[in-house]
Amino acid sequence: MSTTEATIHHAEHGHHEPGLIAKYVFSTDHKMIGLQFLLTTMFMLLVGGALALAVRWQLAFPWESMPLAGRLFAGQGGQISPEFYTMLFTMHATVMIFLVIIPILAGAFGNFLIPLMIGADDMAFPKLNMLSYWFMWPAILCFSLSFFAGGEFMNSAPAAGWTSYPILSAIMDAAPGSGHAQTFWLLGLTFVGVSSMMGSVNYLTTIINMRAPGMTLFRMPMTIWAMFITAILQAFALPVLTAAGFMLLFDRGLPGGLQTCFFIPADLVINNSSPTVGGGQPLLWQHLFWFYSHPAVYIMLLPAMGMVSDMLSAMSRKPLFGYKPMVYSMAAIAGLGFIVWGHHMFTSGMNPALGMTFMTSTVMIALPSAIKTFNWIGTMWGGKLQFNTVLLNSAGFVSMFVVGGLSGIFMAAVPVDIYIHDTYFIVAHFHYVLFGSTLFGVFGAIHFWFPKMFGRLMNDTVGKWHFALTFIGFNGTFFPMHLLGVAGMPRRYADPYLHPYLEHLLPMNQFITACAILMGFAQLLLIGNFLYSSKFGKKVGRNPWNANGIEWIAPSPPGHGNFDIPPVCYRGPYEYSSPLVEGRDYLMQNEYLGDVKHTAEKSSESTASHDT
Amino acid sequence: MFWAVVAVVLCLVAPSMNWWFPGNNAEAASTLGTRIDDLFYLILVIVTVTFVGTQIALGYVLWKGADNRDEKAHFTHGSHSLEVIWTIVPSGILLFIALYQMDVWAEYRVISKFPADAVAQPVADVTARQFEWRIRYPAPGRKFKSQADIRKWLRVPEAGDLHYPNELCVPTTRNVLFYLRSGDVQHAFFSPELRVKQDAVPGKVIPVWFNATKRGEYTLLCAELCGWGHYKMKARILAVPENEYRQYLLNLQKELADDGFDEDAPESDE
Repeated sequence: MSTTEATIHHAEHGHHEPGLIAKYVFSTDHKMIGLQFLLTTMFMLLVGGALALAVRWQLAFPWESMPLAGRLFAGQGGQISPEFYTMLFTMHATVMIFLVIIPILAGAFGNFLIPLMIGADDMAFPKLNMLSYWFMWPAILCFSLSFFAGGEFMNSAPAAGWTSYPILSAIMDAAPGSGHAQTFWLLGLTFVGVSSMMGSVNYLTTIINMRAPGMTLFRMPMTIWAMFITAILQAFALPVLTAAGFMLLFDRGLPGGLQTCFFIPADLVINNSSPTVGGGQPLLWQHLFWFYSHPAVYIMLLPAMGMVSDMLSAMSRKPLFGYKPMVYSMAAIAGLGFIVWGHHMFTSGMNPALGMTFMTSTVMIALPSAIKTFNWIGTMWGGKLQFNTVLLNSAGFVSMFVVGGLSGIFMAAVPVDIYIHDTYFIVAHFHYVLFGSTLFGVFGAIHFWFPKMFGRLMNDTVGKWHFALTFIGFNGTFFPMHLLGVAGMPRRYADPYLHPYLEHLLPMNQFITACAILMGFAQLLLIGNFLYSSKFGKKVGRNPWNANGIEWIAPSPPGHGNFDIPPVCYRGPYEYSSPLVEGRDYLMQNEYLGDVKHTAEKSSESTASHDT
Repeated sequence: MFWAVVAVVLCLVAPSMNWWFPGNNAEAASTLGTRIDDLFYLILVIVTVTFVGTQIALGYVLWKGADNRDEKAHFTHGSHSLEVIWTIVPSGILLFIALYQMDVWAEYRVISKFPADAVAQPVADVTARQFEWRIRYPAPGRKFKSQADIRKWLRVPEAGDLHYPNELCVPTTRNVLFYLRSGDVQHAFFSPELRVKQDAVPGKVIPVWFNATKRGEYTLLCAELCGWGHYKMKARILAVPENEYRQYLLNLQKELADDGFDEDAPESDE
């Protein structure tokens, strides 16, 4: 860029066009950070998926050499050893939860959408925002290093499960992956936590302070409500996990031979090591861990719920059904989410009275979830549906969320959970919630907001194919897992067929693996479509969906500072098919209609209150 | 819609395909297990009705909405009475589910509700280790005098105790209680046919009881990740009538006391 151009540019925008590195690498622009998060997490999705397919290979063809990928560990004949198997599922969960689901929702979409949807020019703390992204990389580095911590690739990764229950994770000799690999894992976890915490502080400040004039709390889109509530959850739950992580690190040993015993009781002899000194309680870790990780489940779900609410309303050309109940039920999920963590520990030997209270609170959390489901269906009812990839994925979200929610009731009921706990039933359940719900929501959101990111549309036909293949593959993979669970197949078994009562399940596991492979390869369609369309997709204007949100009045892609003129908000984001305007079925949040009423219905939820 | 049908059909054919609960005819082999299964079926019915209902509703609105020829969609922000209905009805059902479960849970875990006969005379002390189950029976004929006596027995092994790995023998049709603990990392005692599961938490000694209704050989495995050999922590529970149970213990005593010396064996030259 020549000096003259730069000067003109400077005069026009009041700031310097950043250099290449400042623009694409160490960017403080929320949109670029959002895209960085999105691309990183999509890459990690492939990594996590590959780990999952390796797990599925072992379950379908136990102890057989793996094709292609087996060459990576040719030293053991391409076979998955039992140690390696425990590492595979540990790292699959770690990557998917901490490097895909949480950052793709809060990091990618939270960053990209929050300032745009509330009419702000950027986040409240742009530098903090940049740091939040760059703290992901030390985490990724730690998790990757953990594969090499034992010196030999593939035989030293952390193997205590993503829950890392002590004593297995607390004593270096307890398992092949409990050495330095586990230390790296804990460090990585801490870095991810720092990254999330920076994001959540930023989101809270931005949403509270930087909304456009007229954007009252009850005129915020559901996506923003979801991000707001998620940020609160993260801010309150994460310190507990971080503290627990450090306690576990200290238990594993400090420099100078010092060691604490928060989680280690006395007189355990592990792998012929000398008996532990003890005084600690392993259950403490479970309480602390789940105190974070249960709210984290909602951190992994609420933003998707918010985005699906917005997408369903836009694609049905109809106001969101029951806006305020939707907000309140989301808040209720978040509130109840803090007092249900014990349902992960029903068989742990904690006081049985806790089992009863946690059962009641857990069962009751199904209520706000049910309200949300009914409202989504109500939103589509009587709508003029636009059958595109966005709607399909959103409807897929609702449908799969129903399955995941209902299967949760079995496990919430403690007596039934006695049997189902740690079987494949639970694996089916949380994949229906985390994959079936969250990821379908994310797929929809990628297609929906892609035009805002790149000024181009993603290919709808490829999108529909991707949805159809993923949906079929997904259900083929995870629905039979309910049956495996009922048949009593425990999770985390490298070779369940060792036990005669599980032998007959091999064909079903092979079917599941075939479906999982189909689903895995279907994701290449998404990645390909994403990359191709970002360069060669059909160009569109600012508001390709005729949606109402403030983000759609910004240029596509928005420049630095987002909006041409600072927007003013006059109404809620869901005034689709409003009788106030003729000839079109949308009414944007910033449109001024003179001194007439700004919303149609008297009972309209969105303007009824002005509390901020 | 489509998936609802597939799922319901799958659930219906699953038992005949043997994709259902383990055990004979998918029946639980313990008293509490049967009641757990009943609760499972109760929830299954409620959940299936809800599942089919919501999926049909979803399919219907999708089908109607796709075919909507109106100029504009129906304009509404919601319905207060509908919200009230679909808040109150599910909360009633959910509370019912929660409260209905309490009894079985209390009997399974609350020590004061344990059957007194089982509490008075525990049958074994089970220690889980990487990757085996170590069973310790009190000496045959040893009667515990009090709970203090049991606590002492748990703390200090006695000379007459019988030790045996990976096989737990219990009498049928009687309440049996054993104590569960871990020698190293966390494990979980899981018997699919008996529907019993309890974590073995390091540092804790946890009482567990069940009542095996039928004679049989049941699976015992580990349900909590305990290391690379987690999957092969395989053992069995033998449930036999009372007299055979006594005989089993006597045989075990004889076997363990045997020093390998056989009087009748011909002397061998060095």
